[in-house]
Amino acid sequence: MSNRAKAVEVEDLRLAYSGREVLHGISFDIHRHEIFGIIGPAQSGKSSLLRCLNRTIDFDPGATVSGTVRLDGQDVRKVRDVFSLRRKVGMVAPLPVGLPLSIYDNVAFAPRAAGLGKRAALDAIVERCLRQAALWDEVKDRLTSLGTALSGGQQQRLTIARALSHGPEILCLDEFSIAIDPVTTMRIEDVLKELRREITIVLVTNLVQQARRLADRTMFLWKGEIVELDTTGVIFSDEPRERRTFEYVRGIFG
Amino acid sequence: MAAPAGAPLFSRTAHVQRAERRQAIAKWLTFAMAVSMILPLVAIVGYLLYRAAPSLSWEFLTDVPRRGMREGGIWPAFVGTLYLVGLSLAVSAPIGVLAAIYLHEYAKDNWFNRLINLAVINLAGVPSIVHALFGLGAFVYAARFGYSILSASLTLAIMTLPVIIASTREALASVPTAFRAACWNVGASRWQTIRGVVLPNSISGILTGVILQVSRAAGETAPVMFTGAVFFKAVSRGDLFPYRLTDQCMALSMHLYTVSTQVPNVKESIPYATAIVLLGSVLMVNASAIALRVWLRNRKRW
Repeated sequence: MSNRAKAVEVEDLRLAYSGREVLHGISFDIHRHEIFGIIGPAQSGKSSLLRCLNRTIDFDPGATVSGTVRLDGQDVRKVRDVFSLRRKVGMVAPLPVGLPLSIYDNVAFAPRAAGLGKRAALDAIVERCLRQAALWDEVKDRLTSLGTALSGGQQQRLTIARALSHGPEILCLDEFSIAIDPVTTMRIEDVLKELRREITIVLVTNLVQQARRLADRTMFLWKGEIVELDTTGVIFSDEPRERRTFEYVRGIFG
Repeated sequence: MAAPAGAPLFSRTAHVQRAERRQAIAKWLTFAMAVSMILPLVAIVGYLLYRAAPSLSWEFLTDVPRRGMREGGIWPAFVGTLYLVGLSLAVSAPIGVLAAIYLHEYAKDNWFNRLINLAVINLAGVPSIVHALFGLGAFVYAARFGYSILSASLTLAIMTLPVIIASTREALASVPTAFRAACWNVGASRWQTIRGVVLPNSISGILTGVILQVSRAAGETAPVMFTGAVFFKAVSRGDLFPYRLTDQCMALSMHLYTVSTQVPNVKESIPYATAIVLLGSVLMVNASAIALRVWLRNRKRW
């Protein structure tokens, strides 16, 4: 596969918090326009990995990173304008975070921070992102009411709309469904299948079945190391390469 | 604990009875303490009002002292306190709030910032008489501001600064970190995050902290006595702008001290009425702080 088809290249990535290493030199690629699933039990370094992608790991003063992470062939740790790097990566946290602003301002926050002030352009972005997040129909008549007043599932879709508002090339979702109901989860999963046509999606999840439903390829991360990375079909088949993978996806361990 | 055989289900065992008794004692004890806190306040205000009654009038507030402060009103002292408090907070509030924003939102956890924190905490514990002496040395003599409103206000400003920093930090800390992380994730800078999300949601706490320092600045006697408040200053009655910054002024706290202890044969009710004016203005400011807090709370967004 050519370089242009790779959205993210990770090489020998090591990450330590105050000397305690949580990622032990992992290497993998994420292809363009795929849904890349990352599964693994708690404390296996999944969320930390995402924070290395958009360099929000910088906010953790005790963290030391080595190795390279390339986004579009660019080493993220050599990027000067870290803000435009972060706009290339959309992040959705496990718990929905509606900012204490109106629904409109929640979505317009990032474009405004990027310097966009024109009302018409903002209106267009807000509508597009809310539609993409399957929230538009529910909130179009009350865009000025508070984002924090929405239900949990709606807030999570609002978070997704916000993550799309800065036109990311990659959308990372970190266990987006742990705080929302199954029906909303299914709606968001449909949204993700739609979005795959336009952007690359990294799906970190504790629910192995969710990875099975959505991901093109799945990586099993365990204690900061890659146990196995293959097409989702292989990972969930009766004979993946690793015994541990087989046992984890069937809930025998982990 | 399993009930003995034959006992009705859910009967109150000895253990449950003991727990209920203790719970009742704890409740009444804490209630008694809460009530005993109100009693002194009511007693003080009631006693002051009773003794001050003969002098209390609008006249008393707007008139100047007469016959060597044995009669008349307290206008110069009242305006002087307004000057001192207003000016000192105009200096300390912006500095304190901005410093707190740096310390809470930007500062990394290193030795230098730990040193600043230590300084802030210790500065908050310095007795006011020491601040007074410092103000005398620093502003009156070294900076050559002389005995003036300026020196006194700056002294009060330094005294209130560490408390404003501490209360502002508290207010900033009450904004969940998740909001900040969400902003950083979409490519907002720290300042954009502070401006857009953190400050709008901590402003009520910040303002309350600042306003509560009004009462402290108004009540302090030693710092202003050392640096710019005087025994008597001739002012025309009802004049709102009688002082210049380089003038000395009268102040309510100092005036109370003077008429209570330094002037013989003062009309008996005058010290009490002065105390009522001081207390009344402070309580009014505090009440407005509470009102502001309630109003901003209601607009709070999560």
